[in-house]
Amino acid sequence: MEYKVAYRMPESLSKKQFSYCPGCHHGIVHRLIAEVIDELGIREKTIIVAPVGCSVFAYEFFELDGTVAAHGRALAVATGMKRARPDLVVFTYQGDGDLAAIGTAETIHAANRGERVTTIFINNAIYGMTGGQMAPTTLLGMKTTTSPHGRSPEREGYPIHVCEVLKELRGVAYLARTKVNTPKDVINTKKHIKKAFLAQLKDIGFGLVEVLSTCPTNWGMDPLKAGRWIDEYMVKEYPLGVFVDKVGEEK
Amino acid sequence: MKKIMMKGTEAIGEAAIMAGCRNFFGYPITPQNELTEYMARRLPEVGGCFLQAESEVAAVNMIYGAASVGKRAMTSTSSPGFSLMQEGISYIACAQLPAVFVNIVRGGPGLGDIQPSQGDYFQATKGGGHGDYRLIVLAPSTVQEAVTLTELAFELADKYRNPALVLADGLLGQMMEPVEIEEKQVSYDNSSWALTGAKDRPPRKVTSFNIDPYELEKMNLKLQEKYRKMEQEEPRWEEFQTEDADVLLVAYGTVGRICKSVVRMAREAGLKVGLFRPITLYPYPYKPLEELAKHVSLILTVEMSSGQMLEDVKLAALRLTRIEFYGRMAGVVPTPGEIFDHLMHLIGRR
Repeated sequence: MEYKVAYRMPESLSKKQFSYCPGCHHGIVHRLIAEVIDELGIREKTIIVAPVGCSVFAYEFFELDGTVAAHGRALAVATGMKRARPDLVVFTYQGDGDLAAIGTAETIHAANRGERVTTIFINNAIYGMTGGQMAPTTLLGMKTTTSPHGRSPEREGYPIHVCEVLKELRGVAYLARTKVNTPKDVINTKKHIKKAFLAQLKDIGFGLVEVLSTCPTNWGMDPLKAGRWIDEYMVKEYPLGVFVDKVGEEK
Repeated sequence: MKKIMMKGTEAIGEAAIMAGCRNFFGYPITPQNELTEYMARRLPEVGGCFLQAESEVAAVNMIYGAASVGKRAMTSTSSPGFSLMQEGISYIACAQLPAVFVNIVRGGPGLGDIQPSQGDYFQATKGGGHGDYRLIVLAPSTVQEAVTLTELAFELADKYRNPALVLADGLLGQMMEPVEIEEKQVSYDNSSWALTGAKDRPPRKVTSFNIDPYELEKMNLKLQEKYRKMEQEEPRWEEFQTEDADVLLVAYGTVGRICKSVVRMAREAGLKVGLFRPITLYPYPYKPLEELAKHVSLILTVEMSSGQMLEDVKLAALRLTRIEFYGRMAGVVPTPGEIFDHLMHLIGRR
């Protein structure tokens, strides 16, 4: 009898066990990135730049060469790599605190220069690693350890919409916001991630996919409730969609 | 080899290119802009990459990126900008990446001014960023030496996989002198650690990170082992008329150059004065200074700071002889005359 491989672990994932909490979406997104890298056949020339935050260990979870950047500086590190070795494929994996607070300048300028790198941006509206502090993307009214009375626009300002800010920059080649709390969304997100990599591979410009993600631990919810919370609250603040697409149809 | 007239900053840039550097990331700040501008003009001519970063913070992390994929990289800045780079330098040191920095020091603290200063000595030689690391620090006193030491900075950075700094000031940066710049392509083997893609080998990681304190301590011990080796093998200094000296001037960089004139003035006045000029500020040449200290009755340390290198002079020579200090701060450059007068006063001739 002949067996056909229907499902397997991506070659681009290492065998190391994820350190993420139950119900956290990092693991799903890691796998999607690895599948895309496998399908594009670029594993042997791809470098991951991990951030500071829960995904600080991301460089360990991929079967890729990699580094971990200083907090917020992943896109500066990626820029240095890509400029010095344009033949490599470089991607950053960053959370909301890293990309949209301390690293805002690096994000905007790498995007504006049209750096040929790809960014996967995990937006879970909170600082996970440090224990649940307010993020730049924390929703209005949302309680965190540093907004214990709920985020108020008068005191803490408004949730920052990264895609809506970046879409005006001409260096951006692919820009989409997505989520992974249903099987359909998981399949869809993979397509977006692939196109963000193609923006780099086809030498068009900067590619970024923002993934609305859960943090059950710091949201104080079980995984199922956290998954539903994405639809009930996150999507309302952060509408899904493709903001920039200069890549065109996948061949 | 033909001598050409060059500004200090531009000579440093050309020396970097001659040492094989093809990646420069920088941000405008006075008084070093001529170096950044030189690289913007020159690097594309030799197939290199020049990129103006959005900040010094971004620039130092671009250096980290370029160095981690195995390419020689450098940046140049001045004092406030160098402060902004300290976090990145700490990461580069811990990740054991070779990289070259140039700090054309200006008057401080704070925004300060844009005149020559040596007020960043502590920052350069005693840390600057967080954690137990060391920066190789080279201090030229002429434009020609700036060329030699820039090339040496790349050589030592590669050899030790450690960041190296050329510490100069606006006076040296702006001065024009005839220089010879020789191509100095040192072979650069990074095949065991550079991130080049996990092809036909297990994946590699370049990090300054380990969550396990015992493992991180091992990384630290490895760094310390390198620093001990540097301290054994790399101290460099110049002695000028020290053979029969009874009074020793100790000064580095621009002030070292000025103090040579002071030595000549003193010799003309019949005084046995010599100069000890450290070239590597880290590793500091403690031993030769200690030897000299045993044979002089007075050491006068001269700096364009409140007396920062003075602490290293004391580490080398305390209790061996009398140690005095003369300094100007905030961008004021001392003249040979005022240093000479101070020396006369100290030895009771005034």
